[in-house]
Formats: sequence, C-alpha cells, structure tokens
Amino acid sequence: MANSDTMAAPAALAAGPRGPKPKRRMTRGNIIVYGTLFIFALYYALPLYVMVVTSLKGMPEIRMGNIFAPPMEVTFEPWVKAWSQACTGINCDGLSRGFWNSVRILIPSLFLSVAVASVNGYALSMWKFKGSEVFFGILMIGAFIPYQVMLYPIVILLREAGLYGSLTGLVLVHVAFGMPINTLLFRNYFASIPEELFKAARVDGAGFWAIFFKIMLPMSLPIFVVSLIIQVTGIWNDFLFGASFTGPDLYPMTVQLNNIVNSVQGVKEYNVNMAATLLTGLVPLTIYFVSGKLFVRGIAAGAVKG
Amino acid sequence: MTNSIEIKNLDLSFGAVKVLQDLNLNIGEGEFLVLLGSSGCGKSTLLNCIAGLLEVTDGQIFIKGNNVTWAEPSERGIGMVFQSYALYPQMTVKGNLSFGLKNAKVPKDEIEKRVARAAEILQIEALLDRKPGALSGGQRQRVAIGRALVRDVDVFLFDEPLSNLDAKLRVDLRVELKRLHNQLQNTMVYVTHDQVEAMTLADRIAVMKGGKIMQLGTPDEIYNQPRNLYVADFIGSPSMNFLEGNLEGGAFKVDDMTLPMTGYDFAAPQTAGRPAIVGIRPEHVVTGELVRNAPLQFEADVDLVEPMGSDTLVYAKLGQHSFRIRMDGQARVQAGEVLQIGIDPARASLFDKATEDRL
Repeated sequence: MANSDTMAAPAALAAGPRGPKPKRRMTRGNIIVYGTLFIFALYYALPLYVMVVTSLKGMPEIRMGNIFAPPMEVTFEPWVKAWSQACTGINCDGLSRGFWNSVRILIPSLFLSVAVASVNGYALSMWKFKGSEVFFGILMIGAFIPYQVMLYPIVILLREAGLYGSLTGLVLVHVAFGMPINTLLFRNYFASIPEELFKAARVDGAGFWAIFFKIMLPMSLPIFVVSLIIQVTGIWNDFLFGASFTGPDLYPMTVQLNNIVNSVQGVKEYNVNMAATLLTGLVPLTIYFVSGKLFVRGIAAGAVKG
Repeated sequence: MTNSIEIKNLDLSFGAVKVLQDLNLNIGEGEFLVLLGSSGCGKSTLLNCIAGLLEVTDGQIFIKGNNVTWAEPSERGIGMVFQSYALYPQMTVKGNLSFGLKNAKVPKDEIEKRVARAAEILQIEALLDRKPGALSGGQRQRVAIGRALVRDVDVFLFDEPLSNLDAKLRVDLRVELKRLHNQLQNTMVYVTHDQVEAMTLADRIAVMKGGKIMQLGTPDEIYNQPRNLYVADFIGSPSMNFLEGNLEGGAFKVDDMTLPMTGYDFAAPQTAGRPAIVGIRPEHVVTGELVRNAPLQFEADVDLVEPMGSDTLVYAKLGQHSFRIRMDGQARVQAGEVLQIGIDPARASLFDKATEDRL
C-alpha cells in the first residue's frame, strides 16, 4: 500500500504554513486599539493627578497657574487644614467632625442592613412561604422609586417618631433604602446554592437559624463582601439624606465637604479643597483596594455554578 | 415481614398539577425497594415526601408504625443520600458526619464512636480530616452514605446516589451498596432511572409513571411478567419487540403469521377474540442450532448489525415489522442475510390493545 512508505520514513513537509500560527503585534488595528485605550486612561487619570498635585502645593505656587506642574515645594499644610481647621459655617474644626459623624452613621447602618438583608435573602430563597414571591416583588418596587419622592414623607415620618435631625433616624433611612438591592443580591446568591445541601441539613436536624449560621454563612463570604462594598460606598457617599435629615452638628463628611468647597468668604483655597475631597474619598477607596478581589468573585458567583 | 414504611392514599399537587395520586405502598422491614421511572414520574417527589422535605396534600405516611405525616425530617428516623452528595463544603469529613449528631445533642464520646464505626464500614478512616473539595466523586458519595449511617436509623433513602459518578465507579459503588445492605439489613428506598441499578439492587421494584405505581414486584416479575405495556417497554435494553395483531382462539395473528400461544400463562382464560399486542424480548429470540427446538420458527431478513463485543444486536424485518434480536457476541451475521429464528410463546407477553394490560 502507498501508506507504508510514509509510515517508515518521515515525509518531507510541503511548503506553506506549518506549526503554530505566528502572532503579529504591530498591526494597524492593534495600534488604534491600544492608542485609544492609552488616551482614555490618561483622560481618566489626569483629574486625580491634578488633585493630588494641587493638594500638595502652597497657595503662592497655585497662583502661578501651572496646574499640571508637580509641586516645587511639597507641603502637607492643606491636608492638615482640611482635616482640622477649615471652617464650615460656625464650626472651624475641619472635616474631622464630618468624618466621625459619617463613621457613626456608617457602622450601624452597615451592620443592620447587611444582617437583615442576608436573612431576608436566605428566607426568600430557601424557606419559600405562601406569598413570598409577592413580598419579594413589593420589596423590589422599592428599588425603583426615586429618592426625591420619598424625602418629604420620610421627614414627616421621622418627625412623628421623634427622630428627625438625629443620627438614629438617618441610620434607619439608610437601612431601609439599602434593603431592596441587598435582599436581591443575597436571594440570588442563596438560590445558586444547591437545594440538596439545604435538604441534607434539614435531615440532619438543623433548623432555620442553624442552617443559616452553620451551613450558609460560611459559604457566602463573597456575597457579604459585595454587599459590604455597595453599602459602604452608598452610605459614605450619600449627600441627599445626610443634608435632609440631620443638622449642622451632625452633617456627614460629604455635606461638610460641600460646605467647605462652596464657602464664598475669603480666598478660594484650592489646595485645601483638593485635600478635603481626597480625604472624603479615602474610605470607599480603601474598601475597594482591600476587597477588590473578593468583590469580583462575589459578582461572578451567581453566574457560574461551581 | 412487618412493614417499615407505610404510605396510605398519598396525594401531592403543586397547584393544579397532580404529582402523586392516591398512592399506596408498603415497604417491609429490611427491604431494598427501588422506585424506578423516567424523569418526571414522581419517584423523587415520593422519596422527598417520605423524608418529610415536601408537605403532602393528602394521605398519611407511617414509619415503624408511627404516623410521621407532620413530623420534621430529623424526627422521622431516616437518613438520606443525595445525587449531588450535598456535603457541607466548609466542614471536614468528620464534621460532615457529626453535624446531625451534634444537632441532636448526642454526647461527644457517642459521636466519636459512631463516626469511627461508619468510617470503618465505608473505609474512609483516612479521609476524616479532609474537606469534601479534596475528595473524589466516589469518596464523596461514600461520606454522604456515612452521614446517613451515623444517624443509626432504620430507613435509608437514596435519591439517585450513583448518577453523578462515572460508569466504572458506578458499578463498584453499586456492588458496595448491595454489600452494605446485606450487612446492615436496613430498610432502603432507592430512587433511580437506571434499570440496571434497579434490577441488581432491588428486593422489589416499583415502576412509576405519572405519579402512579405501574407495577410493584420482584425484579424477576417485572422483567418476565410486566403487568402492562408501559412496564414491558420501559424494562429491558434493547427494549421489547411489539407486534400488533389479534388474539383469536388462543393464537396471536399478525398479517399472515400465526403464533399459537401454547404454554403462555394467561391471567384469565381468553375466549373471545380481541385486538392485542405481543411483546417478545430481543434476548428471548433464539438462533442457530437452538431454532430446531423452539416451538415457533420464522425467517427474518437482517437489516443492520451492531456488534457490541459481548453481544450482537441485529435489526431485522419479520414480515413487514422491524424486529430486534440479541445474539451472541461471536455471531457472524451480515445485513441482507436471511436469519432463522425461534420464539417461545411461554416467554412472550400479551397485552390487550385497548387497556394495555397484560392478558
């Protein structure tokens, strides 16, 4: 047979493509794609650069007008001033007051909303009861109502409850408004956990809370991180509720930042404003950096089983 | 034999859909009962009802004489093994085995003893400190069985426990399960869609369809005396040959062929003629030397041959009807040949065409 020859001796290869296909790097398409990406990356990074640079300059240097130039003389004076000396209204103790207010708002709101939403999601996915879908639907409607519509009713509600102008009132508002999206998150996450695991735990004699704490919680770190990030950024960056439901002494950091930046008296201290803005953004930024990896894992968790 | 599980007039509906209808079933002490059926027949639903994981719409369930219809799964004295193993991923094997016992507040030394015993029976002692993620499929399923074992219960429920395993492991674990049953003598209720598992493991098989039990009997009865057309068609691979014709005076007539049903064990004497269906298993058709001794002899035209090593499956034409014949793996048959075949009516099954019940 003709084949036997080729079996015995390796055949000479014909001319033409052989082995892995060569990769061409410097094509026109690649240059356009990477060039565009580079320009947009610069475009996004530039404001941050200007902010950092400006916050490290003294006022005389800023008046020279080279906003892109690095500082000739690095000074941390603006940061100190923004933190502890800048005036907002009658108070002249800087952003520190707002920072601590924000912390006092954030911590209880965060714990309460994540705790309630996780139990909500667990119950709605594992312990379906008659009307649980309707209940969930109603909860979801809450996610689509614009906040502005609710402002006045909430003011009345808080006033009647004697909580208007207090941090407790604001915390309750944050917990309520975080409920729909976080419940949805937890419900979908728990729904992706195999039902048989839940059944096995029931046969093993575990009840509602035992299954939640011993089986489900240890498996749901990623979704807790997602919820934590959403809540921290949402609550920390909130301006509307903070400005509406608290008074000057209790203003959160964002409201105070606004007051510092928008104050009309005296000279505009750009360096202090920049430092104050960076200080305010520091908390969500830290959370992102610390938990970024887990965040991605949690977001993807519902999509693919495994 | 006393009854370990009694199911009385069980109904279950999801809204307007009736999943189980007026179902009655008694399972004896120490019996290995297999619920067999294609997907959607209600077999897993029934098992979940016995386990207490689903609330029944009507009817009663007794386990060891106690009415457990309203009891929690953990109070019923059952252990359950799931298809996906359902091991708790964050716990070690030991943690998995002892979780139920801790919930039941069993004393610590007793837990140790029972875990050690289960681990020994299932040969998973070396795995006790590992997490489920570090185990193979077969090991995981063994741990899952262990979790039922430590509970020290009389009734084991299996929900397609071998379906997630690869073919070879499935056979190994099937044998082990049978050995385990011989050793423990527990009542076992086992759900599967695999008829080989059903035939090999069961003391009795309940073939289910549409929320009803089509036939309840020993594997031998189910295979040799299927009570209706559905069971006959469902059991056996390749499936039974069916020929439609008429039953007249003790002989089955189809087209110009006549099959005198001598030796066939009729359920009731047949006097009047009626439209009927005869079922003949491909493996009950004889060829070669044996044809001479067969009560009925025919010629079949070979259409297609599938050699499978152990057997040869022949697709042939008997008159105008397609007909499957299972021959020895060494048989040398080719398409186009005329094959002499022999049939024994005593091994065939006859069904009424209208009611599809066995005659």
